[in-house]
Amino acid sequence: MSTLDTTKNHAFLIDMTKCTGCRGCQVACKQWNQLEAEKTVFFSGEGYQNPPAMSEYTYTRIKFRDYQKNGQNEFAFYKEMCMHCNDPACASVCPVGAFKKTAEGPVVYDDKRCIGCRFCMIACPFGVPKYEWSKGLPLVKKCTGCHDRVREGMKPACATACPTAITYGPRAAMIQAAERRLARYPDRYIHKVYGKEEAGGTSVIYLTSLPFDELGFKKVTMRALPSFTWQALRLVPGIFLTVGGGLSALSWINHRRDRIKALREADETGTETAEPKEEQQ
Amino acid sequence: MTAARRIATEVKSYHGFIKFLIALVTVGAVASLLRFIFGLGATTNLNDTYPWGLWISFDVVTAVPLAAGAFTLGAIVHCFHIKKLEPLVRPAIVTGFLGYSLVSIGLLLDLGQPQRGWHVFRYWNVHSPMFEVSMCVMAYTTVLFLEFLSPVAERFGWHLPLRVLRWLEMPLVVAAAAISTLHQSTLGTFFLIAVDKLHNLWYNPLLPLLFWVSAICSGMSIIILEASACHKWMGQPNEGVLLRTLAKILPWTLGLYIALRVFSLVALSDGPFFDRPGLTISFALEMGIGFILPFFMFAQKSVRDDDRRRSIAAGLVIFGLVLNRFNVSMFGMMDPDKIYYPSLIESLVTIGIIAGHVLFFVLIARYFPIFEHHPETVDYTIPDPLRKVGGASPSLSSAD
Repeated sequence: MSTLDTTKNHAFLIDMTKCTGCRGCQVACKQWNQLEAEKTVFFSGEGYQNPPAMSEYTYTRIKFRDYQKNGQNEFAFYKEMCMHCNDPACASVCPVGAFKKTAEGPVVYDDKRCIGCRFCMIACPFGVPKYEWSKGLPLVKKCTGCHDRVREGMKPACATACPTAITYGPRAAMIQAAERRLARYPDRYIHKVYGKEEAGGTSVIYLTSLPFDELGFKKVTMRALPSFTWQALRLVPGIFLTVGGGLSALSWINHRRDRIKALREADETGTETAEPKEEQQ
Repeated sequence: MTAARRIATEVKSYHGFIKFLIALVTVGAVASLLRFIFGLGATTNLNDTYPWGLWISFDVVTAVPLAAGAFTLGAIVHCFHIKKLEPLVRPAIVTGFLGYSLVSIGLLLDLGQPQRGWHVFRYWNVHSPMFEVSMCVMAYTTVLFLEFLSPVAERFGWHLPLRVLRWLEMPLVVAAAAISTLHQSTLGTFFLIAVDKLHNLWYNPLLPLLFWVSAICSGMSIIILEASACHKWMGQPNEGVLLRTLAKILPWTLGLYIALRVFSLVALSDGPFFDRPGLTISFALEMGIGFILPFFMFAQKSVRDDDRRRSIAAGLVIFGLVLNRFNVSMFGMMDPDKIYYPSLIESLVTIGIIAGHVLFFVLIARYFPIFEHHPETVDYTIPDPLRKVGGASPSLSSAD
């Protein structure tokens, strides 16, 4: 079974123009991760989209989009999942370091460490981490990138199940492949490799035929998110020493001035004090 | 049995308002118990779109700057050496200690796994603003507890601890200011990660600095309000003369805040700013009524010297601060199509926490000497065992 070179950062190349909307990926994900089914109703969203959103039970989902092309009704799709950022925001904000970007590519979550503060959910630019809202002591749930499979040299469950659209391999090779496709079929795609630079680069790469925002892709910065908070946090030791040292020095000077003044006053009034007399300056 | 009866008669003798507060705290405690029984989803209006709600926005992000009076006044009195404000320090420390204890309780209720709170000590992540704030809040609550021990030790006549505490006083004041600077500003750093989520009116790289400066403004305003309230309702002497001095500092800090805020908007933020009417109004209220108006009020001597108008101006600063923290942590993060509002249980818990703060302050003031503190009887100069400062100092002797 060992087909993957697990020393490299691997990525998903998801070509949405090749997606048929079969949702085999959704089923495979639920099977491999042993996720419960959700009670849903038909047509709660556009097209055959179901369930209505990613949740604690659903790590990946095909979003449907109805549109018209040359007078024909068409479907477009978007596979929602964890983007497995190269420099993940969730990992940087977690106070106990429960998230980790693995060498193989997936960003994994350690449910033994998590304290449930939900900062990862605030920080994630793609809205991926979900919470066990029904539980008294809830944890976070998110796509594991099938790290348990990838580590053993297997492809992720969704990539294995997908008959058409998902390729899985070293990230550099996936970006090359994506760019080759853009060059070869410029009419088929929007000319953009989503995930190459988004949020500092992700391990999920998309190609689509419709504009990304129309499909429901979030607008994200090209800068790695942890750098936004680190530019302030890196100053913490310096500020601590400056404020602490500055105030210490200030109070020492003020107290010294006080003491000298008290001694001098005592001296001038001729009162005997326990302190030795200060000489006139 | 007699002890229980004594407590019962004591409680019966309380003012009706205190009994009302006790009732609110009880309701809040029951509501927070429900959160653990039925889960966060059933008892709160939080969901995957709004993972943080009232408990983070008020109980943590707003309550921390509201409890900033202790470190601000400590630094003003002991480091900047404006000694006459000393009588205000103890009530401020009690408020700070209560405030931070309740912040810790609020945070624990909001955590999914409160029993794992200690994990922060075990698994460090220095890149996390939340790690920084948790460490600081725990450290500072300890500092405030030690500072709060002074009146307790006085009450019970513990002389040795008193001497140790007095010897620790200056280090604690400096530690309080340094630790507070860190976590007050880091609460602003929280929202630097919310790029493309927090509205442009509030998102800018100066957020941590703005949080720190506004926390200092709110710390002083809270002291003004608190001292006025203690005078009005708790029969304490009018500290108006001292509050005037404090009010003289406020135009400077408020002015600095407004200047930084304008600079951050003009030079460091990208538009569009006024694309959402609700947020524009909220911003105008926050800046206009909450910061600019009290700035002009405190700049006038007539307002500073008038007890009532000074309290009003201080109240406006508090209004501005609370609205600012809600704008940053809640309103500015909201998706216009999907509105979050707190559930009944969330509100009851937060009301219980606010009521608890007032209740414990009144009770502590009743049983411990927090107002009857006579600084003139205490020698606050730094111990000088080597007599370096006095005449024996060679540097001073050689100077003449």
